[in-house]
Amino acid sequence: MSAVLDRPLAPAASPAPAPVPIPRRPRVRLGSSLVHGAVALWLAATLGPYLVMLLTSLTSERELLTPGVNPIPETFTLDAYVELFRTTQFLSYLGNSVFTAFGTVAFSLLVAMASAICLSRFRFRGRTSMLTALLIAQLFPAVLLVIPLQAELRTVGLLDSRWGLILVYSTFATPFATFLLKNFLDGLPLELDEAASIDGCSPWQMVRHVLLPLMRPGLTAAGTYIFIFAWNELLYALTFTSTPAAQTIPVGLQLFIGEYQIRWDLLTAGGVLAAIPVLAGFMVVQRQLISGLTAGAVKG
Amino acid sequence: MTAGPLTALPRREQLPAGRAARRAPRRRVNLMPLVYLAPSLALFAAFIVFPFLRAIWFSFNETSFLGGIIGFTGIENYQAILSDPHFVNALRNSAAWTFGAVGLQLVLGTAGAFLLNQRFALRGLARGLAMVPWATPSVLVALIWLWMLDPNRGIVNGVLVGLGILDKPVAFLSTSETAMPTLIAIDAWQGIPFFAVMILAALQSVPQELKDSARTDGCGPMGVFRNVVVPHILPTVLITLVLRLIWTANYIDLAYVLTGGGPARATTTLPLLSYLTAYKGGDFGQGAAYAMVQAAILSVLVVMYIRLTRDRSA
Repeated sequence: MSAVLDRPLAPAASPAPAPVPIPRRPRVRLGSSLVHGAVALWLAATLGPYLVMLLTSLTSERELLTPGVNPIPETFTLDAYVELFRTTQFLSYLGNSVFTAFGTVAFSLLVAMASAICLSRFRFRGRTSMLTALLIAQLFPAVLLVIPLQAELRTVGLLDSRWGLILVYSTFATPFATFLLKNFLDGLPLELDEAASIDGCSPWQMVRHVLLPLMRPGLTAAGTYIFIFAWNELLYALTFTSTPAAQTIPVGLQLFIGEYQIRWDLLTAGGVLAAIPVLAGFMVVQRQLISGLTAGAVKG
Repeated sequence: MTAGPLTALPRREQLPAGRAARRAPRRRVNLMPLVYLAPSLALFAAFIVFPFLRAIWFSFNETSFLGGIIGFTGIENYQAILSDPHFVNALRNSAAWTFGAVGLQLVLGTAGAFLLNQRFALRGLARGLAMVPWATPSVLVALIWLWMLDPNRGIVNGVLVGLGILDKPVAFLSTSETAMPTLIAIDAWQGIPFFAVMILAALQSVPQELKDSARTDGCGPMGVFRNVVVPHILPTVLITLVLRLIWTANYIDLAYVLTGGGPARATTTLPLLSYLTAYKGGDFGQGAAYAMVQAAILSVLVVMYIRLTRDRSA
């Protein structure tokens, strides 16, 4: 299947079985140990801060109050996590984030899939305008829309509501999810549709029984992208929510930073818990997601 | 949002002639596109187009603290901007922030792309791990670095003082001279992987035959690089660059959480000024006017971006 998102980023092995050993692609090569050293350095600079956060979250409050810098705790403890759940609203934030992120994934994926099928399978007047509109929709400054959106949500009673966030997030996640899915669909041969239609499939059956099963990898990548977007979003959540009934983890962390300025064990514990779902999700589908991200810019 | 940079571009490919001809009778599909697009269009109309028009309207009005409109004031909010010393300061900060952060990302991201294009063990895993900051919530990036840069117990100051590079710990985020450079460095830390991965994908799409034939024609390694690789990856680099400029110019999360625009407005960029004017100052009309100016400036980049993507697919 020549699906776009399945295309591995690494230069793929030539599909034809090679009868003779192919000479290694000549390329400009740095010394091997130099390359490994540079990559290790890069990864250390990238991942080191996460490790520091994890270690701090496992340090006791008392040890953190002693002066001096010592990133590795003498004794490891989960006290900060226990306290986080017992004495703060963290569990509410977590619940809201889960609800909002999954709600956005479900809603936005549905909307984006419909648009993607349309843009990939139909030719109609205004198609190019729609593609350009999708492009522009994702470039709007958030600060420009945040003020009127707040007024709008207040009018319809969706301020300080997880449903309000889901609607707004879906709007801003949909354009890119649509591009991802459209690129994916463009890689599925039109002959499939035709065969299905000859076999007597209604358009809906064709979507349900032919396109949907084949789109699984594309839907996974787009869904993960939407999840990351919704899970991480700060500005709208900060502005549109005001109580633990709707506040998400980014808002909670932002409040914690103001409130528990010296309790780094608590802050970092919250940080670790905020990071786990997105980073785990990202690592699982990073291959598809990264090739989806790069597909558009690379091919013309 | 962290997951901002969006780059999947529409293709404007021509259908093979036969494909259109083989389509089902035309009148049957006529209304279908609208049905499929209706959910998207409804969302965009309700949460982008309508608020956008309302933002324009807001910017010509005086507003109450709660966001209600008191009365039409014409261009007063815009006139206020022209005589506002904070505006010039914010423009300067915006320029430093946007060009500083994106410039750093471009240079180091390109270097990173060439590095990832080498052969080494576990390359796929390394690429995924390098992209982790891209998927990290902006507040979390802020929190991590707030802790790392803590003047008393942060590891950065600890190491710098320990190595004798600094005499005493520096409060990087609350010193006027270092606040903006520090924010830029943090943003670069988060943004470099994205650049690297985009450029890497372009590098890997350079056809081997082109490189081979250039070599046959007598090009040395530098010649191949200059005449084949650079022209091939240039469009991707440009598109990524413009996209990141737009995105970074609008990105206020880091400054909002880490410095709140301070100290002494040293990190107040134009969009942050708009947000603070509306939500700390309670002046929504003025805030909307700032945001309109921001959008007007950025529209130049947006047009450039659309042109670039169109050139690609034409």
